[in-house]
Amino acid sequence: MRYDLILRVIAKLLIPFIVLFALYVQFHGDFGPGGGFQAGVILAAAVVFYGLIFGLADARKLVPEALVEAMTALGVLIYAGVGVAGLLLGGHYLDYFVLDPDPVLGQHRGIFWVEVGVAVTVSGVMLKIFYMFADRGKVDEE
Amino acid sequence: MAVTVLVLARSRNLFGVIVLSGIYSFLMATVMVAMDAVDVAMTEASVGAGISTVLLLGALYLCKSEESAAVRAPWLPLAVSIAVGGMLVYGTLGLPEFSDPRAPIHTHVAPRYLNESKKEVDVPNIVTAVLASYRGYDTLGETTVVFTAGAGVIALLRRRRRDRKP
Repeated sequence: MRYDLILRVIAKLLIPFIVLFALYVQFHGDFGPGGGFQAGVILAAAVVFYGLIFGLADARKLVPEALVEAMTALGVLIYAGVGVAGLLLGGHYLDYFVLDPDPVLGQHRGIFWVEVGVAVTVSGVMLKIFYMFADRGKVDEE
Repeated sequence: MAVTVLVLARSRNLFGVIVLSGIYSFLMATVMVAMDAVDVAMTEASVGAGISTVLLLGALYLCKSEESAAVRAPWLPLAVSIAVGGMLVYGTLGLPEFSDPRAPIHTHVAPRYLNESKKEVDVPNIVTAVLASYRGYDTLGETTVVFTAGAGVIALLRRRRRDRKP
């Protein structure tokens, strides 16, 4: 692994902002452009960036492979769980307005969790694919 | 964009092709912004130009960076793609004009989404409201597709690795 000081410093400067932007896109998706899918991709991109600069092993240490694999399934489960929660509270599957006494607030809550589910799955899958590809060459890509 | 596509088709250097396809994605994203589809533009820029470029570069690392010359001239694929492209262009002739208010898409459920979503969902970004609430089933299916794709990649790549080891 080469030691590129400039790359490392810039990456350390940039990555917090990338993650922050991902969170902004995630939680501000109701008001501006964006949502779970975009936020998941940006979040994955931040980790991919980290992996490119600091090596795959460090990225694995930061976001372990087991966690990534769990994330891919967990997101779908969160999404489906929102649907089941609607069922349990006496609505149809994926009915959000039963999630809160106020139907509009219930919608907000439902959309929030659904977007979380999408983001978790998308970033999990993206990272997993990146790990797999980078691992095939048995290299730490610089 | 047309120039990018032409160079993409002619070039045999795969590294150049990958960089160009990233550029193409960014151009596509600007087109989306020009058409007021900011959500799609964001997806295109992050997935098309960002992640897939990195993945393609990772794949490039595993193979040669020059595309080998075709065994024979690809006349049949060329004919097929021209025929399909011609058919698609012919199909677009039957579509309503761009931003025609009387187009079927604007008279079916779109007015309800636009007028009622403030009252029913109260989310200013109507794209999010439609995606996550009105069309919740579709998005669930979409997420499942992403998950399935990931599972497929895991299944494919993992088996190869075990084969190579012994």
